[in-house]
Amino acid sequence: MAVGEAFVSAAELFSNFDEVVPPLKPKEAIDEANRCLYCYDAPCIKACPTGIDIPSFIKKIATGNLYGSARIIMETNPVGASCARVCPTSQLCEGACVLNDASKPILIGLLQRHATDWAIRNNAVFFKPGERNGRKAAIAGGGPAGLSAARELGRLGYDVTVYEAKEKAGGLNTYGIVSFRLPQDIALWEVRQVESLGVKFKYGVRVGVDISPQELLAEYDVVLLSAGMGAVPDLAVEGEDLEGVYDAITLVEDTKTKPLTTEFIGKKVAVIGAGNTAIDAATCSVRLGAAQVQIFYRRTSKEMTAYDFEFEFAKQDGVEFRWLTAPKRILGRDGKVAGLELIRMTLGEPDEKGRRKPVPIEGSEFTVEVDYVVKAIGQKRQIPLLEAFGLEHRNGVPVLEENSFRTTHPKVYAAGDIIFGGGKTDAMVVDAAEQGKKAAYAIHRSFETESQTA
Amino acid sequence: MADLRINLAGIQSPNPFWLASAPPTNSGYQVMRAFEAGWGGAVWKTLGEPIINVTSRFAALHYGGQRVLGLNNIELITDRPLEENLKEMAEVKRRFPHHALIASLMVEHKREAWHEIVKQVEAIGVDGLELNFGCPHGMAERGMGSAVGQHPDLVRQQVEWVKEVAQTPVIVKLTPNITDIRFTARAASEGGADAVSMINTINSLMGVDLDTWLPVPHVDGKGAHGGYCGPAVKPIALNMVAECARDPQVGIPISGIGGISNWRDAVEFLLMGATGVQVCTAVMHHGFRIVEDMIDGLNNYLDQKGIASVTDIVGKSVSSYSDWGHLNLNYKIVARIHEETCINCNKCHIACEDASHQCIDIIRDEATGKERLVVREEDCVGCNLCMIVCPVEGTVEMVEVPTGQPPLTWNQRQAALGLVK
Repeated sequence: MAVGEAFVSAAELFSNFDEVVPPLKPKEAIDEANRCLYCYDAPCIKACPTGIDIPSFIKKIATGNLYGSARIIMETNPVGASCARVCPTSQLCEGACVLNDASKPILIGLLQRHATDWAIRNNAVFFKPGERNGRKAAIAGGGPAGLSAARELGRLGYDVTVYEAKEKAGGLNTYGIVSFRLPQDIALWEVRQVESLGVKFKYGVRVGVDISPQELLAEYDVVLLSAGMGAVPDLAVEGEDLEGVYDAITLVEDTKTKPLTTEFIGKKVAVIGAGNTAIDAATCSVRLGAAQVQIFYRRTSKEMTAYDFEFEFAKQDGVEFRWLTAPKRILGRDGKVAGLELIRMTLGEPDEKGRRKPVPIEGSEFTVEVDYVVKAIGQKRQIPLLEAFGLEHRNGVPVLEENSFRTTHPKVYAAGDIIFGGGKTDAMVVDAAEQGKKAAYAIHRSFETESQTA
Repeated sequence: MADLRINLAGIQSPNPFWLASAPPTNSGYQVMRAFEAGWGGAVWKTLGEPIINVTSRFAALHYGGQRVLGLNNIELITDRPLEENLKEMAEVKRRFPHHALIASLMVEHKREAWHEIVKQVEAIGVDGLELNFGCPHGMAERGMGSAVGQHPDLVRQQVEWVKEVAQTPVIVKLTPNITDIRFTARAASEGGADAVSMINTINSLMGVDLDTWLPVPHVDGKGAHGGYCGPAVKPIALNMVAECARDPQVGIPISGIGGISNWRDAVEFLLMGATGVQVCTAVMHHGFRIVEDMIDGLNNYLDQKGIASVTDIVGKSVSSYSDWGHLNLNYKIVARIHEETCINCNKCHIACEDASHQCIDIIRDEATGKERLVVREEDCVGCNLCMIVCPVEGTVEMVEVPTGQPPLTWNQRQAALGLVK
């Protein structure tokens, strides 16, 4: 796949969104599984935010116990099939593999995918609902954190209802990660696993809009907020209302939910931002047939938040990177995007996090001709939702009890991207899954303590 | 969830996986760790007279990137005082009343010596006894272990002595260092044994150091034969289990031992007539934790086959194991090579060319310059060699070809020709 093709057929467009990384062949999987040393107290386990017993699931692939292998993965990580595809494994499990120095690290991500693919193909069901304990839990948001919490609460015997604003659950995995990395079917299989525990899903219901916090708090014993993050913020430049300005999340979502558009074929696309979402938007544009795709970022490659493998992938796709440039104005013609005025930047003094702040270079403005501008400069916080619940927060990040996921309201917990407070890496699916699990245990613990003291 | 409980000659166990009498069952600490990890039973490292051990003790066969394909050792029975072992065994039994705890015993060829040790270990509450008539090194030189196991009369006699006083089931552990294991198995059975276990280790010399010219392992410049175990011995052990399982004169339950490394190996031993299995080398290689996948894998296997209890598969393959004279001479298979998965390594061609019947041709397509391998089926003898050497599973398939002739065994043929009465 590369940019610049003059003609793209509909069939080709469609196949552009097929999964790019091929699965391991059966022999490859066995060979690779047998290469694992089955370390004791293995570093790969510690490097996994959810702590999957990786050597065990690999050993089970080697003994032909694929059911057991997939069960270990899904037991520890309710979105383990998605994570097999989207985790930055070279920074996590594979980066910690003891064979890094001695040979080559084990392909843990692909082995995880091998096992979970088996489970998907064989309609494996792993978990049973716990005996009902009479408590009701509401979960706002059916993404990785919400699903993970719902799964664990369901197993613990809670009557769980997930309120999901969209038509389907799975959150980022269903809507926000490009199909050629994570097909929707995978995320929806994980949703079905949670459904099979008797967890109810109410779709098209926005908490705080369609149902009030008061109603939820009255009806349920506990509420977990796992609504993720909001839309991409505005660039705050002139021309943002022109036709042809997209936000990256919507662009990716459209490729996963609607018939693929042909309007990008042969066009020039500018993407603003250099995180993983920006990369997704850029590679999506390439796959939609764009003739030229450029990423504009106000800092340099050193500061960008996209994973190395994502960066490499985008370069392979022919995406051009323009460092130290920031948008100043979107230029229009007949109400449509026609160009983009940019300004060159330089890196100034480091800020409190040690990141050098980009500073515009006076008079360095220049213009590029583009047909589409895609915004990917981060995501908004869920401030209205937090405020509707009357929760204390710092810049949209809810204040939590120490070592807990409990907010300043005793009946309200929060997990996933909604509590992501920045840091070196992006908020990861695998972190959200772990937080969902932990929040479920925190909720359960508090009820246990309550019933013991009562 | 399948029922994994077994009952081997009256010894109950929550699952069929026991630790064999060996270094992993040397102490209470180890056996308790093992039971916590999920092992269903343990045969405590052989009790007997105080023993002096040597260093070094183990050596391994690594082959083609696979470590510990085989292991051998020159370690002797327990080197810890009997009282200490008995105290710890009692503690293990107290803490794990539902796990099988078996005492492995070895004493000199004296009736009183056997009586005494049997009474001592039964007094602390073991679930059964295993008489070690198998250890091939060190003890054998003192007239114990395989020195007994190689003489059916001695086996029978010592089993009788033990049975005079034993209150718990008696398992007799057999040596494979013998021409036909059925003779000692029958002797054990005649002596009153409740079960037999097999195999103990096989006489072996693991290797010779190319630089020092010393045997591996050596003790200060000298080596001695050791007992061989691990995945490499599995086929030998499985045959011996199968031979005893189909011998009506043996007729007692079998505890299978020898190279069992995972649930698949265990299933094979169970199908071939073992009521349970004992494991050692795999634990020495990977630790007690391997039992988790053994239990999980066995359970999933039974569930997927719709089998409720593990005891339902015991011996299910025994009737299909027979003598050469009962094989159908008119059954014919030939090799077929699946071109779509063939990687053209040509290993099947050269194996057939040099070691079989020269029936795999390399056909070159002049148009494309590509080569493909084709079996001349009329010349194929169905030996399996090409399938065995093929590195891509499923690429060489052995398919049945009808001969149009009714089944005929060697025995039937000889009878028809009037050559046998």
